[in-house]
Amino acid sequence: MAAFLARRLVQSALILLGVSFVTFVLLYALPADPVRQIAGRSATAETVENIRRELGLDRPFIVQYARYLGGLLQGDLGRSYLQKTEVAELIAARLPATLLLMLGAIIAELAIGLTMGIIAALRRGTATDTSLMVASFVGVSAPQFVVGLLLLYVFAVQLQWFPIGGYGTLAHLVLPALTLGILGAGWYSRMMRSSMIDVLRQDYIRTARAKGLARRRIVLRHALPNAILPIIAMIGIDIGIFMGGIVVVESVFGWPGIGQLAWQAIQRVDIPIIMGVTLVSAFAIVLGNLLADLVTPFIDPRIRIR
Amino acid sequence: MTNASLSEGAARRSVIARLIRRPTAVFGFSLIVIAVAAAILAPVISPYAPDAQHFDGLTIEGAPLPPGGAYPLGTDLLGRDLLTRIIHGARTSLVIGLAANGLALLIGTLVGVTAGYFRGWTGAVLMRFTDLMMAFPALLLAICLAAIFQPSLWIVALVIALVNWVQTSRILYTETTSLTEREFIAAERAIGAGHGRILFRHILPHLLPTIIVWGTLGISTTVLLEATLSYLGIGVQPPMPSWGNIIFENQTYFQAAPWLVFFPGAAIVLLALSFNLVGDALRDELDPTQRGRD
Repeated sequence: MAAFLARRLVQSALILLGVSFVTFVLLYALPADPVRQIAGRSATAETVENIRRELGLDRPFIVQYARYLGGLLQGDLGRSYLQKTEVAELIAARLPATLLLMLGAIIAELAIGLTMGIIAALRRGTATDTSLMVASFVGVSAPQFVVGLLLLYVFAVQLQWFPIGGYGTLAHLVLPALTLGILGAGWYSRMMRSSMIDVLRQDYIRTARAKGLARRRIVLRHALPNAILPIIAMIGIDIGIFMGGIVVVESVFGWPGIGQLAWQAIQRVDIPIIMGVTLVSAFAIVLGNLLADLVTPFIDPRIRIR
Repeated sequence: MTNASLSEGAARRSVIARLIRRPTAVFGFSLIVIAVAAAILAPVISPYAPDAQHFDGLTIEGAPLPPGGAYPLGTDLLGRDLLTRIIHGARTSLVIGLAANGLALLIGTLVGVTAGYFRGWTGAVLMRFTDLMMAFPALLLAICLAAIFQPSLWIVALVIALVNWVQTSRILYTETTSLTEREFIAAERAIGAGHGRILFRHILPHLLPTIIVWGTLGISTTVLLEATLSYLGIGVQPPMPSWGNIIFENQTYFQAAPWLVFFPGAAIVLLALSFNLVGDALRDELDPTQRGRD
């Protein structure tokens, strides 16, 4: 176990190092010149050169990367070109909003997805089952900006149940969390359905039935706990999927999280912020996968850590 | 040889016969046929030219027209016919869907099969690189890439391909490693078959069902990614219509003219849905481990 953990941690660190390198190369290749953006249109060539030197952007690629990496090891993500603030501070200020949104999305996708999956499994082969599974496919086929705008139009503009955008109360959270969660609900309902069907086929369920237990009790007490367990491990993997979605969802709903921060930075070529958000996202993804791997053997002892 | 090809033909026919019995697959396939027909026949069946701005296409106040009358799905902010732009948008979606996904499939197969067959250093390096790509948030990577290059139809396809090959390569890697350990491959090696013969005569044909399934499902992912990039304004650029950029162009007016978001939105969902339904049915029919599960 300790050896496995150590190996996975080293692997994760190497992956993050790789991500930082690839992102750095990509952003270095960016044709838009950040210095021009900072200096403004009317700046003289001298001013531009001064800023370039000040930011260290006149150095060779490898030197720039080494400096960045050195800072990174001390938890320093650099400074924003335009806002003159530490990137780490900007991200830390925005992170709670994004984490809250993700928590809401996890609750939404589990509530919708698991319910759909359980009903479909119990009504297997019927029209209910087919409709639910088609619905789950609609969920995974709908781009998040379309879902977001649709929810916004129906529940905020027309029915006025929820605010149109912004941040602060629980009511603000509902629509963006739902938008982010619907995609996952589609996957969860399919996984839950097949997991439930597998469990319902097991001998111990037949025994329970033969004992004459009520169907309700068999489903809720005997089948459900075992069917849900393998699905819990998937939550870790969700984090990666959310990381892409937040850019869109946060911009549709004006949610002040790191997705919006990244999107604004991309438009303004504020490279240190793009770098920082990409690294934080990659860190979250790697951590999520690691958690999924670590949780699985506890849930299902048949799966041993090698 | 004749026997083998006969039974292969029969197997293929029975897969098609079983697919026809699945209403969801038939529904999905019909939608694909409609979309492809609309894309090919776009200039013939569209009521207007895609870029034509109509004088009577806006109200006196300059607002877009709601659906009905001369413009069946209404008009957009510039007084262009929405139905025409959606029909032409099918071209963009399908061209990018097929090109980007074809390229992604090619890269994914090349990386996955090479890594799975040769293993050793080559395999380790390729798969670590795949792991690294998996740690990237796909959309963020696509946005960065799209921001680097001046967006055009083919650049958008390239960006999507560079992001989407990873999943395929992982799956094919796993399948190839287990295939190379089977006896018939060892037997081929024993009689002195070269790598080329083993790869093309034995490994690839066995991987074909997986490639077909993931190729079909991948088109759906591609269509969604293109729509999202175009919605953010860094995908296909107006005036070339794409379902994503129609929404991007008109969203400021979205509360007053919701049809400008919902018709193209519905087109995206239906096209992605159709490839998902067909891909899922193919997986059930082609993948023996899935057979009999439901």
